Amino acid sequence: MQEIYLDNAATTPMSPAVLAEMTDKMAHVYGNASTLYGLGREAHTVMENSRQVIADSIHAANDEEIIFTSGGSESDNTAITQTALARQDLGKHIITTAIEHEAILKPLKALEDQGFDVTYLPVDQQGRISLDDFKAALRDDTILVSIMMGNNEVGSRMPIHEIGEILKDHQAWFHTDAVQAYGLLDIDVQRDHIDMLSTSAHKLNGPKMMGFLYKREGINFPSFVKGGDQEKKRRAGTENVPAIAGFATAVKALTPAVKEARQAKYHDFKQYVVDGLTQHGVDFAVNGSLTGENLNHVLNLWIKGVSTYVMQTNLDLAGIAVSGGSACTAGSIEPSHVLTAMFGADSPRIAESIRLSFGAYTTQDDLDAFIQNVAAIVERLKHTSEVK
Amino acid sequence: MQDNSHTRVVVGMSGGVDSSVVALRLKQQGYDVVGVFMKNWDDTDENGVCTATEDYKDVAKVAAKIGIPYYSVNFEKEYWDHVFTYFLDEYKKGRTPNPDVICNKEIKFKAFLDYALELGADYIATGHYAQLTRDAEGHNHLLRAVDQNKDQTYFLSQLSAEQLDRVMFPIGDLVKKTQVREMAAEAGLATAKKPDSMGICFIGEKGQFKDFLKQYLPAKPGKMMTVDGEVKGEHAGLMYYTIGQRRGLGIGGDGVDNEPWFVIGKDLKQNILYVGKGYHNPHLYATHLSASDIHWVNTIDRGQDFHCTAKFRYRQKDTGVTVHLSDDGQQVTVEFDDPARAITPGQAVVFYDGNECLGSAIIDAAYNQQRELQLV
Repeated sequence: MQEIYLDNAATTPMSPAVLAEMTDKMAHVYGNASTLYGLGREAHTVMENSRQVIADSIHAANDEEIIFTSGGSESDNTAITQTALARQDLGKHIITTAIEHEAILKPLKALEDQGFDVTYLPVDQQGRISLDDFKAALRDDTILVSIMMGNNEVGSRMPIHEIGEILKDHQAWFHTDAVQAYGLLDIDVQRDHIDMLSTSAHKLNGPKMMGFLYKREGINFPSFVKGGDQEKKRRAGTENVPAIAGFATAVKALTPAVKEARQAKYHDFKQYVVDGLTQHGVDFAVNGSLTGENLNHVLNLWIKGVSTYVMQTNLDLAGIAVSGGSACTAGSIEPSHVLTAMFGADSPRIAESIRLSFGAYTTQDDLDAFIQNVAAIVERLKHTSEVK
Repeated sequence: MQDNSHTRVVVGMSGGVDSSVVALRLKQQGYDVVGVFMKNWDDTDENGVCTATEDYKDVAKVAAKIGIPYYSVNFEKEYWDHVFTYFLDEYKKGRTPNPDVICNKEIKFKAFLDYALELGADYIATGHYAQLTRDAEGHNHLLRAVDQNKDQTYFLSQLSAEQLDRVMFPIGDLVKKTQVREMAAEAGLATAKKPDSMGICFIGEKGQFKDFLKQYLPAKPGKMMTVDGEVKGEHAGLMYYTIGQRRGLGIGGDGVDNEPWFVIGKDLKQNILYVGKGYHNPHLYATHLSASDIHWVNTIDRGQDFHCTAKFRYRQKDTGVTVHLSDDGQQVTVEFDDPARAITPGQAVVFYDGNECLGSAIIDAAYNQQRELQLV
């Protein structure tokens, strides 16, 4: 019954073009892309055309630098774990940020248990790292730097170009998790000296369980998923050609002009929500910043005095989907490590914040409904607490 | 049919069949039904699995089948602070608390009710076997369940009028528990054949009670003796015994007769467990009791002294009693029509007028004429 969807950073609906492309390919191009007969060659052609589209989208030097994976988590796990495995003789130091996605933090935790030394760069209250901190953390034995392009919870962007410039003459490989950024920014891996980059198709109206890892030519490590010789022995498993074609269709729609327009539109959306809540007298603050370098599809709000869980549940009952962080078993919400890094574990923001995120199909009506419902819920809760 | 679609009822769903059918019936009656699972105790085992996760899965299955939204809420902290701490404190005092009574008062009909109100609820509903009616003046009347064998008013007797104002018990009118299972089966609910849960939530199904308590309270073994001073053996720690208990004393026949032995009292200061022979041992019989922490389920004034019936523990028939309230209404003396057996401090004395549960108090002491029994 969900009518209003404001959780596009979690996932997005597939676009009609993607649906049509995938339906067609599922029906007609069912061959295994590794086989030598006609059906296989046809699948192979579809896959390689898609690979080219995707390589072009990030200005990769050649299409062989794109490895199709099951998505962001696999790409991140591969980049982190396999780099450490391949380069441990050169050093055991890795640099990342405190606000990476769990798909980065968990593999790094596993590496720490194996004796690797990981530096977690702190962030300020806007969710940004400092380049000075980064320079100070960089060591001769640093083998990997993994810094997200933009954060999934608060939208803050990281100084990817500057880090790439610093690292281009250093042994450390530079990986960036671009899962949230890929649909909004014009990425140029050569300009920014990026060695590895992770993405996911379902964040940009493509299919789920689909993504790629960009791996610059010359970056070599053993396949994370071992088995057959697919993806030039860099990722075993029969390729999901319809999903790959759907991914390429989604990417093709995102020209630099489209991405720029979306960033501008989402910026206006953020401002609109902030203004609307202010006009309705809601006591709130933005976690992160409205201005400066951001992924504008994410707006994280501290609704003062209202627990995340209560607000999210009330909005759900009103037919509005927003994110309240990840719920663990039966009823408790894990405190956000991102908000904790920004504001400290004792901040009331940790337990009183929600994230909304915009997508291609978000309308101003959706925002109006959100604003009105939040205002009504806050008002009703004031009344409820008086009754109590 | 009455239009209930603008009345939001938040159902406390445990993953059991009773609360599943509560949600089902309310949905069938057209209410705006929301299911909420409560997690009150962290029962994660050594493998990191908790039974709450399994129960929540059942809530999800049932809610999806019925077509209602469902959520979960965590009251582990509230439960620990208000129920478990009380439970341990009572044991430390040598009393036998009833955590289910306190859980209803502090968690299910307080923390949970508050949470439901935050979700815009008009009422909460639970799978308790009890009936609730409201008269023309707006007073609540808490009635025993139609199926008297399942009646749970004993556990609800500490609720206040304000709490009950917001409550529904949609299965208290059923004649037999088997009807609940039939309804669940008919609707294809996953919990139709799920066994009833037993015991207190934090101790678990099998209730290795001694082992459980040992984790939290130090056991002090001591002497087990008769009131005449004859030592009959050792006790494992006073907290493990309840007044009137027969099992687990380990006293053999004395060759005179083969009458069994019972716990008849505790002396906390000297750490002595008193035992006596025979079910009808006179030391087990009281003529009246004193109690405090009085709660009435409605605000109807019955005067300072009145006659009604009472239960002193859950599985028990009613006894005729006369209630004498203290001037400030904070203490009550309950005089029995006939001597009553094994009155246990810490348990609730629950008052009834015919089918109606009036309220309850927590037992502090039992007396035989002027003599205080049990020395607790």
